[in-house]
Amino acid sequence: MNTRLILAALAGTALAGTALAQTSPTDEFQKFRDVMEEDNPAELFEARGEEYWKTPRGPKNASLEQCDLGLGPGVVKGAYVQMPRYFADVGQVMDAERRVVHCMVTLQGLKYEDITRQPFSNDKGTPDHVSVVTYVAGESRDMKIAVPQAHPKERDTYRIGQEIFGFRAGPYDFACSTCHGADGRRIRMQDLPNLTKPEGAVKGILGWPGYRMTGGFMLTSQWRMNDCFRQQRFPEPKYLSDTVTAILAYQAVNANGQLYRGPGIKR
Amino acid sequence: MADPMKIRATLQGDTVEVRVLMAHNMETGARKDSSGTPIPAHFIQTVNATHNGKVVFAAQWGTAIAKNPFLQFKFKGGAKGDKLQLSWTDNKNASRTDEATIG
Repeated sequence: MNTRLILAALAGTALAGTALAQTSPTDEFQKFRDVMEEDNPAELFEARGEEYWKTPRGPKNASLEQCDLGLGPGVVKGAYVQMPRYFADVGQVMDAERRVVHCMVTLQGLKYEDITRQPFSNDKGTPDHVSVVTYVAGESRDMKIAVPQAHPKERDTYRIGQEIFGFRAGPYDFACSTCHGADGRRIRMQDLPNLTKPEGAVKGILGWPGYRMTGGFMLTSQWRMNDCFRQQRFPEPKYLSDTVTAILAYQAVNANGQLYRGPGIKR
Repeated sequence: MADPMKIRATLQGDTVEVRVLMAHNMETGARKDSSGTPIPAHFIQTVNATHNGKVVFAAQWGTAIAKNPFLQFKFKGGAKGDKLQLSWTDNKNASRTDEATIG
């Protein structure tokens, strides 16, 4: 079945060159991604993250098994699709990566500066906290996105995210909405999902965290927001800041009710 | 020991389809780091799969195989519940063996 899909994808790409294709080249990329996601190297990082979660570490020699991701201490299943959410112990809304790093600091006694020295993966590899986020995300595979909006701070975070989404700044006078605020936009060969609508917003959530084939490492949605800001020539957003949580919350709430398929794969 | 492989073995009719994800850097030896120093070659050289003591798959790999390689192959004669052993050895003589149950 897989061979047929690959042959169909190749045939489609060949046809696309004649501009008479019935499917667009970007549809073919999606077919390619669907085939590749079946045996995704991200699973190797899910396994690594699970091992990290269960291993005692740091000055407090503790594992992450008491980490509360919103569903109770140690409950990982289903937690990723219910974040960002309000955490009473810190009085703040946090996204998954922010909460994982918080647990590493509070439960294991690791230093925030040490963890965030390399916040994102690079050719040196995938940092531990990114593997943990991948594990947490994998435990929400095939579950419906259900980001809560019950707490007033959760609703505030959504509204702040919405404001940031439309805020034009930087030398190009771009906002997120410039690229992601309407249907049918594309940059080069990349379709730009309309993140203000449910069917577009889910495209911003699906596939993250994602295994990037060029480099062989995991990238999270914190990285993606950082890269969006870079592409807009904005100042770099502070890693794990309220700003990033807010725009992640805006997208995730817009995608509520739809199925999350687990970590994805990128070029 | 290296990170474990993820192995899926499913019986479809009379054929067992095996899919494996291996965690390995697979450095070709041709790359240089940011300071210009060549990164030494480090890649899986042999892969073997055995079922009931018999080798059902053997491969000799080189530097063209991608990082964190994915391998898929089929063989006949397996039954549900049987064990399948997969092992790899790399050019630094490191190795990894994992077992999976045919489902």
